[in-house]
Amino acid sequence: MSVTDEELAEQHEAGDRLGAPSRLRVVAGRFFGSFQGRAGFALLALMFLLAFAGPFLGRWSYTDRDFTAFLAPPSADHWWGTLQTGADVYAVTLRGMRRSLVVGLLAAVVGTTLAAVVGAFAGYFAGWTDRALTWVTDLLLVLPAFLILAVMSPLFASGQWPLFVLVLALFLWMVTSKIVRGVTISLREREFVYAARFMGVRPTTVIFRHILPNMSSLLVVDATLNVSAAILTETSLSYFGFGIQPPDVSLGSLIADGTRTALYAPWTFWFCAGLLVVTVLAVNMVGDSLRDAFDPASGRGRR
Amino acid sequence: MAGFLFRRLLNYLALIAVATSLAYALAATALNPRANYEGRNPPIPPAVVDARLAELNLDDRTPLPERYLRWASGVVRGDFGRTVTGGSVNQDLGRRIGVTLRLITAGLLLGSVTGVLVGAYAAVRQYGPFDRLSTGVSFAVLAVPTVVLANILIIAAVWFNYLVGAHVLLVSGEATPGMPGGFAAQAADRLRHLVLPTLSLSLGLAAVYSRYQRNMMLDVLGADFVRTAMAKGLRRRTALVRHALRTALIPAVTYFAFTFGALLVGTTFTEKIFGWHGMGEQLVNSISANDVNTVAAISCFAALAVLAAALASDLMHAVLDPRVRMGADR
Repeated sequence: MSVTDEELAEQHEAGDRLGAPSRLRVVAGRFFGSFQGRAGFALLALMFLLAFAGPFLGRWSYTDRDFTAFLAPPSADHWWGTLQTGADVYAVTLRGMRRSLVVGLLAAVVGTTLAAVVGAFAGYFAGWTDRALTWVTDLLLVLPAFLILAVMSPLFASGQWPLFVLVLALFLWMVTSKIVRGVTISLREREFVYAARFMGVRPTTVIFRHILPNMSSLLVVDATLNVSAAILTETSLSYFGFGIQPPDVSLGSLIADGTRTALYAPWTFWFCAGLLVVTVLAVNMVGDSLRDAFDPASGRGRR
Repeated sequence: MAGFLFRRLLNYLALIAVATSLAYALAATALNPRANYEGRNPPIPPAVVDARLAELNLDDRTPLPERYLRWASGVVRGDFGRTVTGGSVNQDLGRRIGVTLRLITAGLLLGSVTGVLVGAYAAVRQYGPFDRLSTGVSFAVLAVPTVVLANILIIAAVWFNYLVGAHVLLVSGEATPGMPGGFAAQAADRLRHLVLPTLSLSLGLAAVYSRYQRNMMLDVLGADFVRTAMAKGLRRRTALVRHALRTALIPAVTYFAFTFGALLVGTTFTEKIFGWHGMGEQLVNSISANDVNTVAAISCFAALAVLAAALASDLMHAVLDPRVRMGADR
């Protein structure tokens, strides 16, 4: 479809509804218009439902041990079988998934917020603020994130997982912040920003009210894709025992336990590994469809 | 130009120094080497432990600045101190870097070449069956974390060996120790060890590269110079390979440098799961063993690798892209 066709179509649409359609409605329409968006959203909703409502369906809690069934295959009593300790795989896996989902979501939101603030301040103020913030960004890029997180793991003893979220977020924001800085530099020269500045609006207000809302699409997409990055980092750290600490469980620690018995008791490995893969896949699909939905140039035929 | 490069290099060196110092300070505060000597039977006298820790510069009773200065003065002379067991960190890591290089070279080459070819072909036949298939597969592969992928490969290999009735694929280590036979037998043995780790590395890389290359190729396919190449009478294949693919390769090649730098310390999972004694494995082991000096040395090496990769990718970009090269000459 050529540009004029698109303009015509847009005018036609706008004329039908009398007034410009809201941006949210346009984006949502395009998002749910694609198969990928619908499938990703449905999968993700299913995962959340399973993680938060699923435990109420099962008979066992994640701390229960069934001393009559060690490493038992799936049955009517234990839907997904049991572990070597007698723990119910269904209960433990859902508990771990809940922890992984919450950690991933929070870390992504905190990380993207940090990226937006640091990038916008660096780009808007330029000069020494820019140089200092860019240097800190580079420093964190150079530090091996996995090693630092692992060294700090003794601090995340049981119950301290919010701290883990914060440290995880600290290593998620650098690349996005560089992109935000670039966009801010170009937005800074736009008329609406000049207008606000000449009216005497304070710089921080300009940033939060005029600059950041203008790149909301970038930030939303980035936050979504950060969720899968955060979940993957969290499970990898927990796999080596550096992340979520026992007695709490996460998908990573469950996979680590499951690999030892995977060959003769496949249910200890495949359920948690499968759920992790499906979750990450769903998040990636949602992120990718969101990017297409926000991008006015994408979709609809060949480029 | 020379002044710009010099300033950039100086900035890199400062970044490495600060990053390594931060890692050392963090490791020296958070890790507790004294714990290694606790719970032994018979118990080790405290005086002996103190003397040993002081000798290794790991004594938590010495103030941190003092320990840091002693460590830093060694690093400036190129000596990263000693491990918790008393060996030289330099020697240990020097041996391990060889293992890591032998591990990642094949995986990186296989992954990037496959990815580039798949991505380029998918772009040429956009929305065709191959494009749809490769997009779906790469999405699925990207959702599988290395820990899961490596373990699935091990399960598959055990099953394959059982099916064939012989140990064809070996899942642990770099080579069978004390393997009899000449060069050919040893090479075959190494190859059988290499198959699974290489697959676990290259699958993920191929997925990333194919997505990347597909986007780049799509950008280039619509460009005027490709149309001109075909308009002047070149065959479609020649125009696509010589003009489109060559141009679209530039970002992939610069990305290659970054992947290489990141993998030098980043193959932790592959090394740990397949039992290769490389840098990544030592990263996890040194933290479990409270080995402060090794942790600091690995951070220094990682920082060096990242910045060397950044520099290399800039250079490669200049070599491959005539516009950058001409701009520099002017």
